[in-house]
Amino acid sequence: MKTLKSINIVLLMLCVTLGFSQQTPAPKQTKDFAIVGATAHIGNGDVIENSIIVVSNGKITTIGPEASTPLTRQAMDIIDAKGKHVYPGFIVSNGTLGLVEVDAVKASSDLSEMGTFNPNVRSIIAYNAESKVVESMRPNGVLLGQVVPRGGRITGTSSIVQYDAWNWEDASIKTDDGLHINWPSSFSRGRWWLGEDPGLKPNKNYSAQVKELSDYFAEAKAYNKGSKKDKHLPYEAMSGLFDGSKHLYINADDAKSITDAVNFAKNQGIEKLTIVGGYQAGDVTDVLKQNNVSVMLQRVHSLPELEDHDYDYTFKQAKILVDAGVLVSLETSGQMERMNSRNLPFYAGTTVAHGLTKEQALKLITLNAAKIMGIDDMYGSLEVGKSATLFISEGDALDMRTNKLTHAFIDGRNISLETHQTKLWKRYSEKYENQEVKQK
Amino acid sequence: MLMCSFSLFAQDYFPSNTGVKSKNTNYTALTNATIHVSPTEVLSNATLLIKDGKVVNVGTSVNIPKNTTTIDVSGKTIYPSFIDIYTTFGVKNPERGGNGPRYGASRSGFYWNDHVMPEQDVMASFKYDSKSATELHKLGFGVVNTHMPDGIVRGTGALIALNNDADNSLRVVDGETTQHFSFRKSVKSRQSYPSSIMGSMALLRQMYNDAKWYAGGNVDTKDLSLEALNKNTSLLQIFEADSRANLLRADKVGDESNVQYTIVGGGDEYERINEVKQTNATIILPIDFRLAYDVENAHLASTLSLSDMRAWNQEPHNPRLLAENGINFALTTHGLKSKKSFKSNLLKAIESGLSKQKALEALTTVPASLLGKSDVLGTLKAGSYANFLITSGDIFEKNTKLFENWVQGEAHVIEDMNTRDIDGDYTFKLAGEDYKLSISGSTSKPNAKLESGDHQLGSKLNYSNDWVNLTFKTADSTKSEFIRVVANAANSNSLNGKAILPNGNELSFFASKASSNEQDDSKKKDKKASEASSESMHPITYPNLAFGFKEQPKSETLLFKNATVWTNENDGVLENTDLLIKNGKISKIGKNLSDKSATVIDATGKHITAGIIDEHSHIAAASINEGGQNSSAEVTIEDVIDDEDINIYRNLAGGVTSIQILHGSANPIGGRSAIIKLKWGESADNLIYDNSPKFIKFALGENVKQSRMSRNERFPQSRMGVEQVFVDYFTRAKAYDDAKKSGKPYRKDAEMEVLAEILNKERFISCHSYVQSEINMLMKVAEQFNFNINTFTHILEGYKVADKMKEHGVGGSTFSDWWAYKYEVNDAIPYNAAIMHSVGVTTAINSDDAEMSRRLNQEAAKSVKYGGVSEEEALKFVTLNPAKLLHLDDRVGSLKVGKDADVVLWSDHPLSVYAKAEKTIIEGVTYFDLERDKQMRKAVRKEKSELINSMLQEKNKGLKTQPIQKKDKELLHCDSMDGEHTTHHH
Repeated sequence: MKTLKSINIVLLMLCVTLGFSQQTPAPKQTKDFAIVGATAHIGNGDVIENSIIVVSNGKITTIGPEASTPLTRQAMDIIDAKGKHVYPGFIVSNGTLGLVEVDAVKASSDLSEMGTFNPNVRSIIAYNAESKVVESMRPNGVLLGQVVPRGGRITGTSSIVQYDAWNWEDASIKTDDGLHINWPSSFSRGRWWLGEDPGLKPNKNYSAQVKELSDYFAEAKAYNKGSKKDKHLPYEAMSGLFDGSKHLYINADDAKSITDAVNFAKNQGIEKLTIVGGYQAGDVTDVLKQNNVSVMLQRVHSLPELEDHDYDYTFKQAKILVDAGVLVSLETSGQMERMNSRNLPFYAGTTVAHGLTKEQALKLITLNAAKIMGIDDMYGSLEVGKSATLFISEGDALDMRTNKLTHAFIDGRNISLETHQTKLWKRYSEKYENQEVKQK
Repeated sequence: MLMCSFSLFAQDYFPSNTGVKSKNTNYTALTNATIHVSPTEVLSNATLLIKDGKVVNVGTSVNIPKNTTTIDVSGKTIYPSFIDIYTTFGVKNPERGGNGPRYGASRSGFYWNDHVMPEQDVMASFKYDSKSATELHKLGFGVVNTHMPDGIVRGTGALIALNNDADNSLRVVDGETTQHFSFRKSVKSRQSYPSSIMGSMALLRQMYNDAKWYAGGNVDTKDLSLEALNKNTSLLQIFEADSRANLLRADKVGDESNVQYTIVGGGDEYERINEVKQTNATIILPIDFRLAYDVENAHLASTLSLSDMRAWNQEPHNPRLLAENGINFALTTHGLKSKKSFKSNLLKAIESGLSKQKALEALTTVPASLLGKSDVLGTLKAGSYANFLITSGDIFEKNTKLFENWVQGEAHVIEDMNTRDIDGDYTFKLAGEDYKLSISGSTSKPNAKLESGDHQLGSKLNYSNDWVNLTFKTADSTKSEFIRVVANAANSNSLNGKAILPNGNELSFFASKASSNEQDDSKKKDKKASEASSESMHPITYPNLAFGFKEQPKSETLLFKNATVWTNENDGVLENTDLLIKNGKISKIGKNLSDKSATVIDATGKHITAGIIDEHSHIAAASINEGGQNSSAEVTIEDVIDDEDINIYRNLAGGVTSIQILHGSANPIGGRSAIIKLKWGESADNLIYDNSPKFIKFALGENVKQSRMSRNERFPQSRMGVEQVFVDYFTRAKAYDDAKKSGKPYRKDAEMEVLAEILNKERFISCHSYVQSEINMLMKVAEQFNFNINTFTHILEGYKVADKMKEHGVGGSTFSDWWAYKYEVNDAIPYNAAIMHSVGVTTAINSDDAEMSRRLNQEAAKSVKYGGVSEEEALKFVTLNPAKLLHLDDRVGSLKVGKDADVVLWSDHPLSVYAKAEKTIIEGVTYFDLERDKQMRKAVRKEKSELINSMLQEKNKGLKTQPIQKKDKELLHCDSMDGEHTTHHH
């Protein structure tokens, strides 16, 4: 603290009062700043109490305990965060933010393309950087996320964006990071409209569907070895899988499908594989470990799939996977997934009630997610040299009671925490306050 | 053996152009038989004397007239033939009448609802089906009651004798025996209403009201449906429920309308036998026992639910349990996918403890008596129809043969009873080779298996009049050469004759039956196998699925020591405080409490709150929407509570103790609510609050104007129309209520009764609402009719009109942070609860979702984040405030001495994401306990493993299995319709 006293301290006011209009992305960082006195949750499992974090040119240049970290630079803004908490920006795995604005309005949806095999379809160009739903993530500390196309067998190619941008190019932090597959279902439903029993029966076409997928991969591989004189856009889009530049994400839930999917990828010579969903991943941790496969675990706040399953089945899966040494992040897909993505920290919080430590849970939505998506060189933890994509919360950000942001930064840019929703809140709060004044 | 007496029955006054008119007045006597005259009377060495299709006499010393044909049936047994009271024999299912909804009826001169067709007469579409009759003969049936299986009221059924040798003039025992009902709509009509079981129930109730009104001569116009309904009241009233839950529902409707239905059950009555018994209904009982599941694939087997697996084990015990509980029932082939399985399932029921006498009664005297035909059917007493079976012995034994099925004195031969039974294993030698021959089905469909050494040889066997003709391939498989055998079977232990070899040489042939010792051994094996298959019954739990209770937990005296107690009262949050629960109530709150009888629970470091209350839930219900009309005030969720929903248990694990199950939002005026306590294990009716406050769901906006449907057929299609629906209905309800209060006779209308309750401030509205314009509108409509809206639920733009809401006196029950799922929630904000609360509106946070409801404490905590509500007030959003909105705050919602002991023990701060409910208690009963839950998990795993083992044994025995079916219960939401797979809207 002594070193600080001599410094020209400029306390940043709350963003709320800075008058940033919503949706206007913050400008590039021009001045260094330091966050002082907070409990820093690094994202890799470590915690630094009474920390100092210095940010320069969008990057963390210093982080350490206040007592042992000299702070000497001049002309630096100081944010006093004593008693507060700093976290790396939370990262949405397998998200769809920016692809749909209002679920029930079809015209506002760019979620999925027709057809079965769409590896060439790219989500990034449909990403709506000005989505009101996207901006509502920021006040909860959710600052980054994957944008994933849905539908079909090979759904398309995803990208990773940050949530404070003018347009999709501006937003993208990793373009075309991976391809996504919906693994064939183990069960299929009778077509009730044709008078069939609508119950779930074992999918008779499972093997054929797996073979179809294998064949498609084989064709794509063959094409990419050839001259490519006659362009085949879908096959061409697959090339990254075979040269290791792209990641493969396979949506699979039951133990058998997960195992089959892992073996499939292995046979295809694909190294970077992630199971998405993985409802029963906890039953096949050996397979996952042996093959170095990571998991984006299905929404923690969902119901057990079977009547007989423990009431906390979905709450405790993360603990099972973490204990087994599997690399896990938390994904958000499901009903109303976009607007609910802001609850990502609380999905992590729930895993704490069911076995994990708070810092382990934090990893699931920060460093682990960054590692899986291959952006951990810059994002996912508070470490020197990484992007200053982080936020300050008044309290524990994994608990809804205390998740209250005062500041958030993306690449060192001091972003607005205003949203369409906070504006309405203020507008109507003022309305009623004025009424009270009048009545008095 | 066939009695050619067709002409005997030709009607007297019919002319004959095929010969001289003749009349056969001879008798037929069956002598030396064991005769089951009735289920309780057996005669041995007796004679049955029949004439003109009727029994003349039965007994051990019957006088046989001279003009008698005598048939000696010594060693054989005679039973009265079976009666199936519930079939669709000779009736073709009607064809589907197109797709898509329509809101009006498609006919005139009948009831306003197409699905009510009491005027339908089964004889109009009846066509005798001798093929089906033959199939039924083999099962032992002689008479069946048939009906048109279509519609909610299906009209009259008829009683048909399965006499293949007569015409309808004789076969139709009674053309009008029964009147039929179900909850299922007619496939012939597209009329939307009713679209749910609760709608069907309401429709039936209203129909009975209308029939009474019509019978009183109060209606000027013709209604042929109601006329028929009134005319049919003297008939047996049969309701096809097809499940235990619907059986109870059907009986409830009947009781309210003074009709005692005879009810077609579902075979799952054992799951709530006491409730079934209390109906006093006679049950028509299907025995469609499920096959074992094929569990060899461990992956697939893991998806089987314990409840489905248990059902396989428990279902065969259902008939026994009904009998033991004194419930009257008739057995039926209804519900069997293959009628052939009737006998094996019947034997399974007997193996599972159903007495043979009860079984016979359920197939003879019970249905006869139900149909009012005990004088002519069901027994072989003099005067009865000569409907009987000739068998080789006890008809309820596996190996007993049914030889002949006589209907109205006409014999239908199933197996020739004079053919010698040569079934068995034989050995013979031919040209130095040893052969093994086993013959089966010799009296019906002969079949042979032939082995030589290790080879099975292709063979064909004919057998008639004691002669066997056997052709088989030689062991040399490279050639296609046959050996032919012709042998006589006069001696029952051997076959004697000659064999003709491919080269034309003839050899003498002698095959001897395997020794009786070996036979005994194989019988023993059979016996062992059958013993193993009659598994002991797995215990029933309440409800009968995973995590159900074998024994319902009891109310206890509990003393929690040293807890943090969130009173929700003036005392606020009390640290280091004790709480005593006694007699289901909160008895004391304070320091250093003691009670000798109490179980003491150390709650140091833990928190106690009132149980969570969800103002808006759709769990624990079999249907949610009656969307067939724009108003459905006549329906109530109380009719369709599902006490077997696992989400009740999961909600308890989240600290929830009370919920309002609301009707959905398919129409502006929805249905009435059920307000229940989550007393897991109790039956549906016991879940409902005593003296429950009366509520009804209304709805506004996109859902009720059907914004996302492709057809625009139902009024209203805009918010403008929504207002007019309300004004119209309340105007009519006012007129109705005035007429009723005037004391003049009036047509009782369930819908108007309910709306009048609202006008009279006896029933409260919880209204699904989103945007401010419509919220404002409904308050103004209510004010126009001089009442108040009680609650706006969802109310996502409540913050925009909070001042108006406060002034009107309406509460708001909202989502914590949902938005952006449809256009009308664009302006929904998570600060909504905080603003409404700060303006002074009684504010609650609800779920409308089975997943969220188990974390409502967390949803309340979001109000601390969004808008800075204090923690104490935030907790009230999911406890005391919903109790106030539901008019239950005198009983629940806070921790106050004298209130119901509905409390939760939390591991941590109750608003923290890290808190778990450790105990959830309702009226002193611990319905959820974290420790007990652990034990139950183990028990579930163990029982499933035992059942899988039993099923594997079943498969190894060569018994049939069925593919695995994964149980998936559709979660119901605001927009859910019965029997449809819908998308999720709120």
